[in-house]
Amino acid sequence: MFYGVSLTAILVALWLTLSGPFTLSGDYPIVMTLGVVSITLAVALTFRMRIVDRETVPVAPAFPLFAYWSWLGGEILKANLAVTRLVMKPELDIEPRLVRVPAEQRSGLGLCVFANSITLTPGTVTVDVEEDGFLVHALDTSFTDPAGFAEMGARSDAASDGKRETR
Amino acid sequence: MNWGEIIQYALFAASVAAMTAGLVFVLAGAIGVIRLPDFYTRMHSAGVTDTLGAELIVLGLVLQAHDWQTVAKLALVGLLLFLTSPTATHAIANAAHRAGHKPHLSRFRPPHPSEAGKPAGKGTS
Repeated sequence: MFYGVSLTAILVALWLTLSGPFTLSGDYPIVMTLGVVSITLAVALTFRMRIVDRETVPVAPAFPLFAYWSWLGGEILKANLAVTRLVMKPELDIEPRLVRVPAEQRSGLGLCVFANSITLTPGTVTVDVEEDGFLVHALDTSFTDPAGFAEMGARSDAASDGKRETR
Repeated sequence: MNWGEIIQYALFAASVAAMTAGLVFVLAGAIGVIRLPDFYTRMHSAGVTDTLGAELIVLGLVLQAHDWQTVAKLALVGLLLFLTSPTATHAIANAAHRAGHKPHLSRFRPPHPSEAGKPAGKGTS
């Protein structure tokens, strides 16, 4: 129920943001009616499909996730500069690697956030998801530091599932 | 010239700076796609284009927006890029991996253009 209400609230906010001024003059009664109809339809469909849960409406981890993304933004900036420097050097000198990165996330959401973070950081791409880790392709040996992956994994896990101790 | 105008000019300058930086990264990504040796390494270079390049251009547009609704819409565009581009990259990489495409895993070091024409040196793959 909580997730249904938050889904409705998010959809209402999204509709109001995307559809112009908040008046009921002119054409806006039609716009608002269409909004009410489509939001009701969307929420009813998701309830009928039984997919309204913690994973599809991630409201609880939203703030930790945004904090994590701002940290990730800094990492992406650094990695971008590193890749750009490698690529623009007159003498191209790279050593691509395939490495296994252990993933100890507790939920599918955490795994997804971790894999996407690895892919989003230039220089490393998640190629395959295995039983207990990822197969990661790295552009150069300088991107395969296990400590960096471990820190990213710990942070993404904490952001999507809360602190480790409260298990 | 009052403070409002000064702030407006400063925002405009920041916006142009952000978009120029974005263009530099998009260009670097394109150059990388041409220079790197195989499919997987080229994908990394394309990643520069769709992370920092695209986000910096969106940031430049946000700085030029006049009302909060435009800002919110552009922020949604940025969030969508942030969430979907790694998914697409992973889909492509995974498809290549499953199709049995082998990555180039040794050291790649082509000779400098000034040495072209001389007998092949070390490290040319």
